[in-house]
Amino acid sequence: MSTVRVLVGTRKGAFVLTSDGKREQWDICGPHFGGWEMYHIKGSPADPNRVYASQSTGWFGQLIQRSNDGGKTWEPMGNKFVYDGIPGTHQWYDGTPHPWEFKRVWHLEPSLTDPDTLYAGVEDAALFRSTDGAQTWQELPGLRGHGSGPHWQPGAGGLCLHTIILDPDDPGRIYIAISAAGAFRTDDAGQTWQPINRGLRSGTMPDPAAEVGHCVHHVAMHPSRPGVLFMQKHWDVMRSDDAGDSWREISGNLPVDFGFALDVHAHEPDTVYVVPIKSDSEHYPPEGKLRVYRSRTGGDEWEALTRGLPQRDCYVNVLRDAMAVDSLDECGVYFGTTGGQVYASPDAGDNWAPIVRDLPAVLSVEVQTLP
Amino acid sequence: MIRVVLPAHLRILARVGGEVQLDVAGEVTQRAVLDALEARFPALQGTIRDHVTQQRRPFVRFFACEEDLSHEPPDAPLPAAVASGTEPFLVVGAIAGGR
Repeated sequence: MSTVRVLVGTRKGAFVLTSDGKREQWDICGPHFGGWEMYHIKGSPADPNRVYASQSTGWFGQLIQRSNDGGKTWEPMGNKFVYDGIPGTHQWYDGTPHPWEFKRVWHLEPSLTDPDTLYAGVEDAALFRSTDGAQTWQELPGLRGHGSGPHWQPGAGGLCLHTIILDPDDPGRIYIAISAAGAFRTDDAGQTWQPINRGLRSGTMPDPAAEVGHCVHHVAMHPSRPGVLFMQKHWDVMRSDDAGDSWREISGNLPVDFGFALDVHAHEPDTVYVVPIKSDSEHYPPEGKLRVYRSRTGGDEWEALTRGLPQRDCYVNVLRDAMAVDSLDECGVYFGTTGGQVYASPDAGDNWAPIVRDLPAVLSVEVQTLP
Repeated sequence: MIRVVLPAHLRILARVGGEVQLDVAGEVTQRAVLDALEARFPALQGTIRDHVTQQRRPFVRFFACEEDLSHEPPDAPLPAAVASGTEPFLVVGAIAGGR
């Protein structure tokens, strides 16, 4: 029977949750790296026992850990992230130029085909690549060198590159997203980039249709249809059917169109999940009801999924990398909250139950489906 | 022999249980001690001082002989008691902040 491994990064350590295909009984292993912020943990699609983790604290900076046994044991790898050439400046909150300074790794994206190759999205925003299993890192400088870099401004969480999507059909195509610069695409494996923000609207900006400056929270893609992208923006849930060249809003009947997390069903490319969150400053579910919303029509029409989720007095958040799906026949959906709960649905969102309730605040959730 | 005491997180990272003892060639300075420490435990590179600038990380402190040496120049000689191994060189995570 298949096994599901859920990799959970929290504010104070990493946890590995495993279950058989029924997804009813769970083994909880951790904390690994207790006391450290684990922004992201992700396994290699090419070798599921190869798992990479981003570990950091304000005291001792950034570390990268690697496991070759599915997260049982770990080895520290290279943590030297040096911007290519003279780093230059981006805009600071007050609009003045501010030097690029490495702070942390938000997201690790292993190659689809090579367990030794992976990408790291960092703050201040840049994309790094390792081809030696995370021992050494090199920046792909074309992104910051695109020309708009000096105009990028940080979001409230920092100037972070938080989303990396590899196109399974085209090794040269990569999508990334930066808060609060927007989404970008390369078609030549990272040498050159173009902003893909046409159609995004950020109403309070002087130029609401600006090429960059949009606070993109997360982007997801179904591997069978890599030209179709779904986006949760600071406001609005968006969809692109042309690899990001244009976007249209699909918020439809959502109770609010703000949120962070978003993902796509493993087998149904038009089934999309979001977790609406009240904002601009509250950052908890509307009405204290934790609801996942599912669209089976690729957007516009959404249904609330509530069975097993708290429907009163719930004031947690679900962060941008804290939702994932497994690829079992009946797709499992998972998300973690800032209240330390990790919820799982073994039936595509119809029913939910907590795997664990009292972890530190969850920063990220990734899922591996193992044979 | 120079004695170095690391904070708990860095002891785990370096996989050492207690004090670290280092041979330091030449004059015993912060830089010489940290160079020797990082050479022996490469996993500590970047955790005490920045990879590029070699500046002490903001929330790391260096204490020895009941003195705060954090703001001393990296090439200044450390106290004789540290150089002789009588007293340890303490790398401390700042006792402040956190969340």
